Amino acid sequence: MEITINQTPFKLPQGASIAEAIEIFGAEPPYAIALNLTFVHRQRYGETFLTQGDALEIVQPVAGG
Amino acid sequence: MSLPENPDPLVLYGTSFPSRLLLGTAQYPSPEVLRQAVEVSGPSFLTVSLRRQAAGHNETGGQAFWDLLSTLKIPFLPNTAGCHTPEEVWTTAQMAREVFETPWIKLELIGDDYTLQPDTLEMVGVAERLLKDGFKVLPYCTEDLVLCRRLVDIGCEAIMPWAAPIGTGRGALNPYALRLLRERLTVPMLIDAGIGRPSHACEVMEWGFDGVLLNTAVAKAADPIRLAGAFKKAIEAGREAFLGGAMTQRETAAASTPILGTPFWHQNPS
Repeated sequence: MEITINQTPFKLPQGASIAEAIEIFGAEPPYAIALNLTFVHRQRYGETFLTQGDALEIVQPVAGG
Repeated sequence: MSLPENPDPLVLYGTSFPSRLLLGTAQYPSPEVLRQAVEVSGPSFLTVSLRRQAAGHNETGGQAFWDLLSTLKIPFLPNTAGCHTPEEVWTTAQMAREVFETPWIKLELIGDDYTLQPDTLEMVGVAERLLKDGFKVLPYCTEDLVLCRRLVDIGCEAIMPWAAPIGTGRGALNPYALRLLRERLTVPMLIDAGIGRPSHACEVMEWGFDGVLLNTAVAKAADPIRLAGAFKKAIEAGREAFLGGAMTQRETAAASTPILGTPFWHQNPS
């Protein structure tokens, strides 16, 4: 199946979890996740499964005003 | 040696802070300049943000920025900069709470990209949702009295009206409305955005505002570290002037030196 991570297309195994997507993307902590514009708590990464066309956002701390 | 307790702390949501300056972390020439600006100015909060993670090293984000923040030991105030809908604010705030491990949130909901004016029609609803979820919300808002009152009514224990659009450095564009706002509402109010010079910061503090949030005015100065120190002093001076009660302006001159006993008084032909 194909999803987007930070707007870039990624091919993942059917039924992959957010935890697997994070590993494939190579995210470096600290980060937080939103799936289809909904926040996902870090404790739920392993039990939240992705479907075709999902949009995953992985964000990290940056400077801000 | 422990520092003496500040007799006039900034109190937000029941928590006391030693400084009335809040400092942004963006746009500095280097991480080291940011570090020194923080050291010189001693802010109560550092504003921070979230952006998409990308592959590769990025000095303004990720692990390097996180390591720098960790050494500064100043509380974080994450923002929701760039959000254009209440739903984006809601999601960004939750992500910020998890990453920065803080309930504090600077609510930014932009209604116009050209002026970066807050969306005054939508922000009250999302502020209320955040408050109900346990966030300590500091909303970046305009000087509109009714908007600010609504924010207080739904539970915001402090608000942050702008002085001028973000990054313009123009100082208070609407002194009348800001001073009226200060008179009408009793919650702590921090001026956020539009301050360019220490005199701007001093002025709003003289009017009775409780603090100032700065970023561009420090980061884009020729010498950010020196300006960080200047703003610290200006904010303190303005606060002292407010507490001390500056004199009322007069229309005509009034000699400060006593008239009585002036030599040659009325002896010279005019």
